[in-house]
Amino acid sequence: MSGHATKQIDNKTLWGGKISPFSTSYGKLMMWFFLVSDALTFGGLLIAYGFTRHASTDGAWPIGEETFNSLPGLGHGYPLIYVALMTFILIVSSVTMVLAVEAGHRMDKKGVTRWLLATIIGGAFFVGSQAWEWSHFIHGSEFGKVELADGSQAVVHAKGFGELENFTVIEAGRHHKKGDKITEDLMHEYQHAAAAGHIHDGVITLHDGSKAKIAKRANEHMELRIKSDGAKYKIGDVIPHAQAINMYEEVINSGEAGRVIYGANLQQNEYGPQQYGQFFFFITGFHGFHVFSGVIINILILFGVIGGVYHKRGHYEMVEKTGLYWHFVDLVWVFVFTFFYLV
Amino acid sequence: MLRDDIIEYSLDAHHSEEHGKVLRKKIWVVTGLLTLITAVEVFLGAMIKQGSDFWPFVKWGFVIMTIVKAYYIVMSFMHLGDERKGLRAVILVPYFIFIFYLIFILLWEGTAVSEALITHSVN
Repeated sequence: MSGHATKQIDNKTLWGGKISPFSTSYGKLMMWFFLVSDALTFGGLLIAYGFTRHASTDGAWPIGEETFNSLPGLGHGYPLIYVALMTFILIVSSVTMVLAVEAGHRMDKKGVTRWLLATIIGGAFFVGSQAWEWSHFIHGSEFGKVELADGSQAVVHAKGFGELENFTVIEAGRHHKKGDKITEDLMHEYQHAAAAGHIHDGVITLHDGSKAKIAKRANEHMELRIKSDGAKYKIGDVIPHAQAINMYEEVINSGEAGRVIYGANLQQNEYGPQQYGQFFFFITGFHGFHVFSGVIINILILFGVIGGVYHKRGHYEMVEKTGLYWHFVDLVWVFVFTFFYLV
Repeated sequence: MLRDDIIEYSLDAHHSEEHGKVLRKKIWVVTGLLTLITAVEVFLGAMIKQGSDFWPFVKWGFVIMTIVKAYYIVMSFMHLGDERKGLRAVILVPYFIFIFYLIFILLWEGTAVSEALITHSVN
């Protein structure tokens, strides 16, 4: 029977029923059972994502290298680099975790402390990176997604967003007086007004009801890529700069609400179908919460290690068990990375 | 404080200094492999455009590379390779039965729903 131990196990180390299934300890086996059920949860989520994407008829599905192409402080043009960095950080923190377990097997308390600390730092970096990624995803690009006159939807690819210089108030509101030159918080006001249809022929209606003339430089080399069919343009069409620049301005200055969408929330997003944003938040959020829990658990175990609890016990199996959980989190990310960002 | 509800043992919870050296070398080899695969994935993802002639190969390449990475994480980092055959089977067999079934559902039902949406589209 493979379930029974072949070598003699010390009587006081056996489970309550005086056997030891698969020659593993109780804690380790229960951790494995938990991980199998959690893996099924993640598997179910990814398969639901695959199902939705496979069945979707709501325009083109977003492409990973187009959606995730920014680095903190460096702007656009770095496809997948940031998420690759996140993946690498998580893999490295998994490695430091195995090294902590290995040190534990040699009863090397200093080694366990050092490697476990490194694991916690790696995990914290990953959670922080994910927070940046979420923030970037929610705020979106400077251009947003636009609905063209024929009903098709297009995303913008451009060299640069023409800088907003100022708003000159031409009609007083509750706060601003006529002739005021506004130079602060321009981008926020501009995007808010564009999405709400409060920009008309170069005149913006501000929060307080005042109207102002927009001074803005021209956008640099832009093209529109069609992501949803309209009467004239179909998915995959690319509109070159000469036309694109006018068509984009026409949308922004239309004075109609909902023609441009910036960033993402649960109702809509500038990257693709509604479900895309929902699954992004749910799957990466659920994974991120696992990483966060893992960091907390690792911190608690680190206190135990430093306090000498496991050394007194004679073995560092506790580190091994949290290690299993930590590797599992890495394992899940490998799949999320492939099916959400690459494919 | 002595607690009697904690089973104070673990099988194979100790190894010698020399054996540790061998294990650490193996860990670094696996690390190199995982990093290399991730780098290749990102390179292909950034270089090959979706919809190009190579894309189907790249896509399946991603799936294969992901499974290779998963294999090394589970077998090496999680030490499932060192556990007993019975335990490996108890963990992996039920999982794969469910997952393959769900993948089948995904493709079968996904195609049907997609066709229905196109056929009965209000637009």
